[in-house]
Amino acid sequence: MIEIGLHHYLVVSLIVFLAGLFTVLTRRNAIGILMGVELILNSANINYVAFSRFGGGGYDGQIFSIFVIMLAAAEAAIGLAIVLGIYRKFETIDVEATDTLRG
Amino acid sequence: MSHPIEVGYLRWIVLLPLLGAIINGLFGAHIQKRLGRGAIAAIACTPVAIAFLISVSAFFQLLGLEPNQRFLLDDMSKWIHVGDLKLNLAFWVDPLSCTLILVVTGIGGLIHLYSVGYLDDEPSIWRYFAYLNLFTAAMLTLVLGDSLLVMFVGWEGVGLCSYALIGFWYKDLNNATAGSKAFIVNRIGDFGFVLGMFALYWCLDESGQGTLIFRELAERVHLISDQKVFGIAAATFITLAFFVGATGKSAQIPLYVWLPDAMAGPTPVSALIHAATMVTAGVYMIARMSFLFDMAPDTLAVIATIGTATAFLAATIGVAQWDIKKVLAYSTVSQLGFMFIAMGVGAYSAGIFHLFTHAFFKACLFLGSGSIIHALHHEQDMRNMGGLKKYMPITFLTFFVSTLAIAGIPPFAGFFSKDEILWKAWSSPHGSGWIWLFGSMAAGFTAFYMFRQVFLTFFGEYRGGQAHGHGHADHGHAADHAHAVHGGHGHGQEPHESSKVITGPLVLLALGAILTGFLNVPGALGGHHIFDNWLAPVLQAGSHGAASPAHGAAGAHGVASELAADVEHVAHSVAHDPFEYILMSVSVGIALFGIFLAWLVYEKKAISPERFSEVLGGVPYNLVYNKYYVDEVYQATLIRGTLALSRILSAFDRWIIDGAVNGAAAVVRVVARVEGAFDTYVVDGAVNLVGAVSLWAGNRMRAIQTGHIYSYLYAIVIGVAVVLFVRLI
Amino acid sequence: MIYAALFYLIAGLTVFCALGVALSRNVVYSAFFLMGALLGAAGLYGFLLADFVAVVQILVYVGGILVLTLFAIMLTHQIAEVEVSNRSVGRLPAAILVIVTGVGMGLAIFRAPWHTAPSGEPPPTTYGIGEAFLGPYLLPFELASVVLLTALIGAIVLSRRELRD
Repeated sequence: MIEIGLHHYLVVSLIVFLAGLFTVLTRRNAIGILMGVELILNSANINYVAFSRFGGGGYDGQIFSIFVIMLAAAEAAIGLAIVLGIYRKFETIDVEATDTLRG
Repeated sequence: MSHPIEVGYLRWIVLLPLLGAIINGLFGAHIQKRLGRGAIAAIACTPVAIAFLISVSAFFQLLGLEPNQRFLLDDMSKWIHVGDLKLNLAFWVDPLSCTLILVVTGIGGLIHLYSVGYLDDEPSIWRYFAYLNLFTAAMLTLVLGDSLLVMFVGWEGVGLCSYALIGFWYKDLNNATAGSKAFIVNRIGDFGFVLGMFALYWCLDESGQGTLIFRELAERVHLISDQKVFGIAAATFITLAFFVGATGKSAQIPLYVWLPDAMAGPTPVSALIHAATMVTAGVYMIARMSFLFDMAPDTLAVIATIGTATAFLAATIGVAQWDIKKVLAYSTVSQLGFMFIAMGVGAYSAGIFHLFTHAFFKACLFLGSGSIIHALHHEQDMRNMGGLKKYMPITFLTFFVSTLAIAGIPPFAGFFSKDEILWKAWSSPHGSGWIWLFGSMAAGFTAFYMFRQVFLTFFGEYRGGQAHGHGHADHGHAADHAHAVHGGHGHGQEPHESSKVITGPLVLLALGAILTGFLNVPGALGGHHIFDNWLAPVLQAGSHGAASPAHGAAGAHGVASELAADVEHVAHSVAHDPFEYILMSVSVGIALFGIFLAWLVYEKKAISPERFSEVLGGVPYNLVYNKYYVDEVYQATLIRGTLALSRILSAFDRWIIDGAVNGAAAVVRVVARVEGAFDTYVVDGAVNLVGAVSLWAGNRMRAIQTGHIYSYLYAIVIGVAVVLFVRLI
Repeated sequence: MIYAALFYLIAGLTVFCALGVALSRNVVYSAFFLMGALLGAAGLYGFLLADFVAVVQILVYVGGILVLTLFAIMLTHQIAEVEVSNRSVGRLPAAILVIVTGVGMGLAIFRAPWHTAPSGEPPPTTYGIGEAFLGPYLLPFELASVVLLTALIGAIVLSRRELRD
């Protein structure tokens, strides 16, 4: 069995990213979409930390991943507040129903 | 500079007044209501007093050290560490800054105390004291900051507080305008400061040595000696920029216009601004950076010229003012000019010494005038005063002593400091006879207008409450009427001596005005240049006159005994440069002549002042009375210029652009009428076609704007995928 | 050997849960799969010797964001109707697009000449990260706090009932 290297992490991260992308593309549920976004952010984080570990750098990658986590928290708070607002307004969180901005 | 001694107490010099400002600023209204005005005053005055005590202890700690080791540092915290720029929030004390903090906290403290008595009828003194404390804290930051950036924080803070204090009685539009004027004029100077700071860092950074910390700058500044900025030597450019900053703060030509207007604030504020803080900032900054200014002889020449011009012009303006505070304001501008002369001829310690003595007698003069104004219920016109000697003996005595000091009469403080500057202006390699000549004339004018003020205010008989003509110096009454008028003056009561809280500081300051001069008795009079030696480690280049460096090593005891020896020696001086005696007697002679003239005109009335004003058809008088029309010139050139530019642009807009549009419209109308049919079918058709195409395209394009997140997402992901493959293939 | 096996176990868990989030029919199941994926990612951080990030991941993501998500689900749905509300449509085009993107990225991963510098055992990271946050990263750190504060206020404003309608 080969040594666990950078590529392993990148592949895992890629799959998580694709899963998140698929979630975002196919879900019609706003909360589901937000969950997909979280997956995408996590895959980016795995990349950051992996590069930080294998790139020989200092803590920079890890610090960026912490910033990403922080931003994800802010995004989730705001996103879910918006979702709740939408729910109150439209009685649903199906993004197909909320097309008030349609051209 | 050798290794600093780390101490932890310097920060409190700044933080205590700041704390006072915060407490009074945030909770002052409440405290005043609950606990009364005394509590506000106590909160304001105590921190400054403690800061003064700390400064004194720092002074004694410095004294106990070797002259070259006199350097205390208080590194509070990291501040900005970005790239190569490493700045800490740190305060330091060396002989130079120690002198300044003693002045700021000592004289500032007295002014605080005085304010308690002066503003006894002000409803919101908490606001006043919060500003005053903040002002003190900002000035102390400026002085104690160990880097240019910390200094700049104080520099800006001082400007801000001066705005707040000058416009303290903001309900009067004039006061608010004066505050704004001070602020805006200072901003122009601040721009110079920032520019200089940036340029200095940038030039040093070229050689990888960028820093803004003074002690490091002093070591590295030689690196920029070959550099050029915009074709002129970097050192010259940088120092000129800093000098612009200094002209703003220290009220030199061309940025002095704010200072006379700054009289709008309460009188203690004027005293604080003029004597202890603010205006000395520019002088201090140049002295602080003396190592840099020494590298730029061109800048020094500019400084000396500007200083001379300011000293002279301001002194002449002072001759024709009637407002008791305006006279003092112009005298400040003039005295600052003297300090800048000292800076410009490289005699930094002489300049700082004048700053030091000036702080005492100018604070005393301002507080004395405040005492008068207070006693006369905010009367500021000297034509309505007179004879106050009788009513306010303490105020008179202190005012008179300070006047002698500012006029340069030995043995008062101003004599030693001013004479030192004039001697340096003559003898220094940067100096010249012209500077000396104009400086001496300015000193003569100073003596004249200061004594004019004394005679108008304290001598003769009281003119308050009488109908006074608008002629100049309305001395119509014979002396035997002097007692008759007392019953009838308008305020219903006689002027009376102010309370102890007001006179106490006056007496202390007057003592300072008498004694501080002996700190730096020149060698020619048998002195030892104690003050120069004290500053010598910081201002090596500036103190040419430091006769015997060995004396600098003296401890506290040594200084005291030297002081005593100097006082003794003044009387029987040892031979020195004979020329120095000549210049000294000439300048004293000029001052005495000025006093004599003032006596002739305003006390003896042998010469009527009208005759002066009519010399040369009154042109010089009007010029001086109207302050050389500088405000009007600024109004006409800079402000009008801006307005005119906008008006030209507006006219351009109206005539050229609007005209072009209208003309085009007219042409189109004519063409349309001629080719009506063509118009109807072809042009309208084209317009309609464009509209139709737009509508059609819009209808097609709106399909993209689905309002559905996933369709946008698809677009994004497809885009990403395309870019990805383009990069790969 | 055990190390590698453990890695594959955790990586597999992460991938499985991520796919579960994407494919699950029930939004509540999706949320719990998300928890698995987040925990798996935390495990991977542990493998990468980023202990501090792993702890933050568990605390913030699993402890905070996920709970928030679950709350949002509870507040917006009758649990009985989740089947309907979690429908996903357009799976085929999405799958094609995702696979195409994935192939592109996979190519990028395996073609790129990564400069790997095998580092030894780094010291515990918490100290270094703390230093970095208060040193070179001070400004971003402070900005982040402002962002969080703004988000906090924004979330409160958005969810105040009287502002709706």
